[in-house]
Order: sequence, then C-alpha cells, then structure tokens
Amino acid sequence: MITKRIIPCLDVKDGRVVKGVNFLSLADVSSPVKLAKYYSDNGADELVFYDITASAEGRKLFTDILVEVASTIFIPLTVGGGINTVEDFDRVLKCGADKVSVNSGAIRNPDLIKQAAMKYGDQCVVISADVKRVDGVFHVFAKGGREDTKMEAVEWIRRCVNNGAGEVVLNSIDTDGVKNGFDLEMLERVCDAVNVPVIASGGAGCIEDFVTLFKTLPKVDAGLAASIFHFGEVEIRDLKKTLKENAINVR
Amino acid sequence: MLTVVDYGVGNLFSLRSSLVSLGVDAVVTGDKTEIEKADRIILPGVGAFEDAANKLREIGLDEVITDRAKAGTPLMGICLGMQMLFDKSYEYGEHNGLGLIKGKVVPMQGVIPSELKVPHIGWNALHFTSKKSEIFKYISENDCVYFVHSYFADECDDSVIATAEYGKELTAAVQNENVFGCQFHPEKSGEVGLKILKAFCEV
Repeated sequence: MITKRIIPCLDVKDGRVVKGVNFLSLADVSSPVKLAKYYSDNGADELVFYDITASAEGRKLFTDILVEVASTIFIPLTVGGGINTVEDFDRVLKCGADKVSVNSGAIRNPDLIKQAAMKYGDQCVVISADVKRVDGVFHVFAKGGREDTKMEAVEWIRRCVNNGAGEVVLNSIDTDGVKNGFDLEMLERVCDAVNVPVIASGGAGCIEDFVTLFKTLPKVDAGLAASIFHFGEVEIRDLKKTLKENAINVR
Repeated sequence: MLTVVDYGVGNLFSLRSSLVSLGVDAVVTGDKTEIEKADRIILPGVGAFEDAANKLREIGLDEVITDRAKAGTPLMGICLGMQMLFDKSYEYGEHNGLGLIKGKVVPMQGVIPSELKVPHIGWNALHFTSKKSEIFKYISENDCVYFVHSYFADECDDSVIATAEYGKELTAAVQNENVFGCQFHPEKSGEVGLKILKAFCEV
C-alpha cells in the first residue's frame, strides 16, 4: 500500500535556512545541506525548498545549495519560490530538483502550468496555493499571502490541475502558524475537487494533528510542516511511530 | 565502466549523483561506441513512451543496447527505461519496445479502482515474488521505494521479481537473466534505492 508522506519545508534566503531553527543536535542549524541530511536520515519522505531570496546573487547561492543537496540526499526534492517562467523550471531541474512548485507565477501567467507540464510532464508540476477565507469564501492569495486575488480557490486549483499540475500543496493562511491543526474543511473541499495528490500545509502543532488529518481525510496524501520540525517540537521518527500505531501507513 | 544512457530524456542528475556516492565509476553518454564498451548499462527515462523510444532509435541506440544485453552485459531499465524493455506499450497508441522482456505496458486507469489517483506517486512497499533476484540482496521484503508512473507492465509473470500493491499487484521490478527493470526510482528511494543500485553494480 502507498504510504502517507511527511514533508519538512525549508525556507532558504541567501543560501541559509531562515525561520528560526532550533536543533541542539546540529552545530550549524542554518545550513540547508545539513538540515536536509538530518531530515533525510530521520525519515522525511520528501523535502521542499522555498527560495525566498530576492537578489540574483541569492538565487545563484540557492542553486549552488540545491546541487549540493541533490548530490548527497536521494529522496524527492521539490523546489518553489521565484518560479515565473519555463526557464525557471529548467534552472532548478538541472540542479537536481524533481518537482517544481508554482504559486504567484501561475497566477500572473495562467499558461505557465500548461507549458511546464507539456515540457516536463505533469508529475513535475506542483501547484502551491495560499488560501484564506474571505466572507466565507475561499480566496487564492498571491505574493506570499499578502495579496487577495479575489479568485475562488477550489475552482482555481481545479483549473491548475486540468492544465497539468500533478500535485497540490494547499496552504491554509487561516490555520498557518496557529498550531491548532490542519484546515480540514478546506482540505476536504480540495480533495473532493481533484484527483491528484493533495499535500496539507499550515496548522500542524503536534503529532496528534497529523493523526487527525490522515484519519479524518484519508484522501490527503501528505502532511507538510516547517517550524514544528525545525524547532524539534515534533521528531519525524516519533511522528511516524505514532501514525503506525494508529494504523496509518507510513514508510 | 558503468554507462548511463543519455538520450535526452529526463533528468539524470540524481542518478549520476547516487552512483558517485556509491563510488561507482560511471559515465553518462549517448555515444554508441562508449555504450558498446560498457560492462554495465543503465537505461533511465521519464516522459512519454513514444517520444523516448523514437529518440533512442533516432540515434541508433536501440540496437546497441539490445545487442549488448543479448551478449550478456547487465542492463537495468529505470521507470520509462524499464517500460522500454518490453515488447509493446499501449501509451497513446501502440508502440514497439526493445523486446528484451516478454510483456506489455498498459494504462493503470480503468484497471485499478477509480478512487485511486493516477499517477501512482509516492513511497510504496516492495513484495518479492518466488523468483529471487540478486539486485535485492541488500534489502528486505516491505522496504519502501519511490514510484511515479501512470502505466504499468502487464503479462510479464515469468520475469516479475517484485510487486507493489496499488489497487492491484503492480509490477515493480522484473528480471530476465542479465536484464533488470525497476518501475520505481532507485535514485530517489533513499538508502533502499542505493542498495539496489549497489547490488546491480555487483551483478
């Protein structure tokens, strides 16, 4: 049986992991390569790297790091951040990424997903959507959650999948950072609308939140989180042990 | 020298890196004479069957690979590279494969229960068949490997060495003497995948 995936997400700026990392066991906690290795050794099923750099130098550092990570860690790597053109896909895929996640780039250019999927295949294209309730309606937000596009989210995601996105990362702005569990209502709506893997993001605060996620919504394929892993609040090994005890299939 | 066949299909970065990490002397090339000299060949591949098979034929690599395999050189096909080892594929039409292993490649859609997603993406457990293979000598039953595919190899019973459960028992790996195929990506399957590549390098 296929297993549920646990995915740590690393935000990288100018070649370093940001968002406060608090590992006692790691000497250099801001090294993306060391952190990636730590996660890979401890049971992560996949890694997501977001490039939040704005400068060209930072972007160069990011691709150098990607090469180093991809040369030492042999699990799937997804890269996002600053992906606006098919050339951006090309740049990170050549450095060892397996999948590329698009967000604002797909909002600005609706053809981007189609073009990339035609060139690299659906399995390579991930739509990452930042979604928030506005007057009871799910809206897609752009620019890292700062700008309301006013587009209805479920329809937008469905359209991205029809255009060739092979996976969906659904990040709920409403639950992000609250650490009170994933946004089950939003996830259910998206799972019912598409037939590609859906990765839940935003809201994980403890191990129980992952158990609840996979028990309540068996259609969800993976859980993604950042700070709870970075701060050592949840160890992936412990998380997977508890999931197994709850009859949830993990690697 | 192990040779990874480069015919312009898919991303060979991880495969090359994983072989380097194993300390294997590997060359990535699309050059016929290099492939003829190889003492071990890996045929990778991502994308559509017809496109990949055409590319292989255009540069005349299909004959070289088949000749080497028939002469006993260990050959491993990965993902689409594995699917190309069979007689035929029914991905968007009907296309001939290399015919090194008996069987055909067919869509998962309509064969597996409709509530299951296609492609089959993620980590799934390997189940060995009664046919023991030396490429699994360092790994165990139920070890997980990483899959990404929408088509699978069918009617290849005699050659199946491992399956994975996804609504039905899908062919995960095959072997016909010195010719091996993995539907999953060993270069993306962590330690387990590296151990499979290591074992292939010792065949």
